[in-house]
Amino acid sequence: MYWDRENETMPREQLQALQLERLRLTIERVYRNVPFYRERFTKAGIKPSSVRSLEDLRRLPFTTKQDLRDNYPFGLFAVSMSDVVRVHASSGTTGKPTVVGYTKNDINTWAELAARSLACAGGTKFDVVQNAYGYGLFTGGLGLHYGAERLGAAVVPVSGGNTRRQLMLMQDFGTTILTCTPSYALYLAEEGQKMGLDFKKMPLKAGIFGAEPWSERMRRQLEEKLDLVALDIYGLSEIMGPGVAMECPAKEGMHIFEDHFIPEIIDPDTGEVLPAGSEGELVITTITKEAFPLIRYRTRDITRFNPEPCPCGRTHLRIRRITGRTDDMLIIRGVNVFPSQVESVLLESGETEPHYLLVVDRKGNLDQLEIWVEVGEELFSDKVRQLEDLEQRLRERIESVLGISARVRLVEPNTIPRSEGKARRVVDRREI
Amino acid sequence: MKIKQISLFLENKSGRLARVTRVLGGHNINIRALSIADTTDFGILRLIVNEPDLAYRVLKEAGFTVSATEVIAVEVADEPGGLARVLAVLEEAGLNIEYLYAFVQKTPRAALVVFRVEQLDEAIAALQAKGVRILKEEEVYSL
Repeated sequence: MYWDRENETMPREQLQALQLERLRLTIERVYRNVPFYRERFTKAGIKPSSVRSLEDLRRLPFTTKQDLRDNYPFGLFAVSMSDVVRVHASSGTTGKPTVVGYTKNDINTWAELAARSLACAGGTKFDVVQNAYGYGLFTGGLGLHYGAERLGAAVVPVSGGNTRRQLMLMQDFGTTILTCTPSYALYLAEEGQKMGLDFKKMPLKAGIFGAEPWSERMRRQLEEKLDLVALDIYGLSEIMGPGVAMECPAKEGMHIFEDHFIPEIIDPDTGEVLPAGSEGELVITTITKEAFPLIRYRTRDITRFNPEPCPCGRTHLRIRRITGRTDDMLIIRGVNVFPSQVESVLLESGETEPHYLLVVDRKGNLDQLEIWVEVGEELFSDKVRQLEDLEQRLRERIESVLGISARVRLVEPNTIPRSEGKARRVVDRREI
Repeated sequence: MKIKQISLFLENKSGRLARVTRVLGGHNINIRALSIADTTDFGILRLIVNEPDLAYRVLKEAGFTVSATEVIAVEVADEPGGLARVLAVLEEAGLNIEYLYAFVQKTPRAALVVFRVEQLDEAIAALQAKGVRILKEEEVYSL
């Protein structure tokens, strides 16, 4: 099922011509309106007029998360604030989040692409979409919400959490499409089973699951337990939010909506563009965004293209499941977590050289984060109460910085393995 | 009057306490008194030993988080109400006890108890005024 047949099935030659036209307009606009890009391009000896083909994109410098941080909060916006109608933010590696903005047209494009994604999973205006992604600064909730409305479906903006109520509404409203993180969907399935719900008798038909990595094993579990078709969605707030790419029922990768984004796969070490089919870091250039265009943004997500034509008829390239990250970012319950955020809290708490480890586990389909902190002499006290206070203080600070709950565990010195060079800060025990 | 207590941070894992005692034994250090305060995840081991400075050094070298705290060792009559009398003195003086624990050994007529109080000097004065005997450093280490 297509939402926008013309654009989704556009012959590749025509699609590439459209991409080039939009790319050139974007390059001109950022050169004119964003000092950061003008300086970067000038340093690289590039003028907007020198971009004549899609291949020329390779000559442009990359943009990184660090660049976003350096220009916090609005430095990379290409329009004046009077034209911005919304901002979103995601957690950054330190205290400051990464901020993105949208014009009215950007919100419109996003709603279109989220509607495309829902239609790709079989959604129509007859559906009831239970949107259990978090609403707020995180793009998941509002992104799919606008898409479902655009589609004409009935959207239930239930947001995350409150599992029993989720299950009650699902039953009473006759939810047909569920949108949330895959781990939360599994949790819903298991809690529902405990409550005696029979998902086979419920009208659920599709699940759109994203915001964290998952696997074919999880897909089988979700499809079996919830009796639906489980599909993967890709997005990141820097680029737009959910709806950058969406899996079709062929289940061989996610179509990246190339009339709005140009994807490249590069070698994360050399920055070289890799031949189609090789695994590497996904780099995306936005070609229609107004408020926050990004040129060659390094997503840090590892994937590869599936260059085969898709039986669904969409001509847009597919990317495979995200298999990892080039940095140490973790996604826990859909929230981005960087070990450096924990480090900053420990430094504030007076530890001169913090030794810590993030241990992530999945218990009953819910991610658990435990933070091990070595108790050195600066932190040690002879009194139990003081150590318990320390634990609590660290926990509260860490939770407020990360935005998710965590458990702090005080451990003896030298418990956390030291490695040559870069310290190992993360143990991920989740099996996905 | 004040004696040196060695405190260690220990995780609640098997073999941790055994390792501490091995390190001490290996350096010929004798434990006079000990206590463990514990929570679900960790514990604090408090020790009175015959050679506190050496113990501090060797435990630190063995990789433990160690600290030294001043405490007093009080002689308490080994009879019903013995400890109550000592506690009454501290209570009257308005002194709060952070923790206390008993020695392994005792003298024929008296038990020995380690007290940790915030205001040590006041505690010593109050106890001595009531004729409670506080052990000297050398006495404790050479028990």
